Amino acid sequence: MTINIRFFALARDLAQSGASTIDAPDQSTVDTALIQIVAQFPALSRIEPRLATAVNQSYVSRDHVLTHGDELALIPPVSGG
Amino acid sequence: MSDWIEILDTPLNAADCISRASDVTAGGIDVFLGTTRAEKHPDGRELVALDYEAYDEMAIKQLHDLARQSRERWPIIKLVIVHRKGRVDVGHASVIIAVSCPHRVESFEACRYLIDQLKAVVPIWKKEVWSDESTSWVEPSIGTQG
Repeated sequence: MTINIRFFALARDLAQSGASTIDAPDQSTVDTALIQIVAQFPALSRIEPRLATAVNQSYVSRDHVLTHGDELALIPPVSGG
Repeated sequence: MSDWIEILDTPLNAADCISRASDVTAGGIDVFLGTTRAEKHPDGRELVALDYEAYDEMAIKQLHDLARQSRERWPIIKLVIVHRKGRVDVGHASVIIAVSCPHRVESFEACRYLIDQLKAVVPIWKKEVWSDESTSWVEPSIGTQG
């Protein structure tokens, strides 16, 4: 299944990209998708433990199960305000 | 329900926000402006601006969630949250929150709740822009305060 990935802030700088897609096995979790993403964008490994994750614009935990077409966003520590 | 929630790439106008939060049934409007504070780095560089990035779709959704949560706790009449993206020079506003309630205490509390929650959960980031044109992402986890 296809998962659409969004990178923001420091994650976008490290990935040198704002968006990407991965082809993940059915029933993949956020956690397993992250392993695939870091393999593709190794520079992300240094911030990976500090990333929050959102699916379809809502925060989810890393054991969240993905479905085809989901938008998975990598969210570095936020600093708005 | 009268909430004005927006992420803008143009300067914020406090008078507009106050006017949008005004209501004849309100006894108090609390207004918070977050502004870019001048900083001097130990190596002599000076902060000239903050450059904001937002995950727009999610940030708007989260701000509406915060508005809903605050309406469950306080008798809010009108509520405004506007946040900048792009470059905000020292001294200028990056966020404005305005809340009207029947009584001032409710307005103070709701406004404080909204800015505290915004800073904790809404997917917006800022990068420091220094006088030598170097930049660095603000990382709250390593102690930089916004």
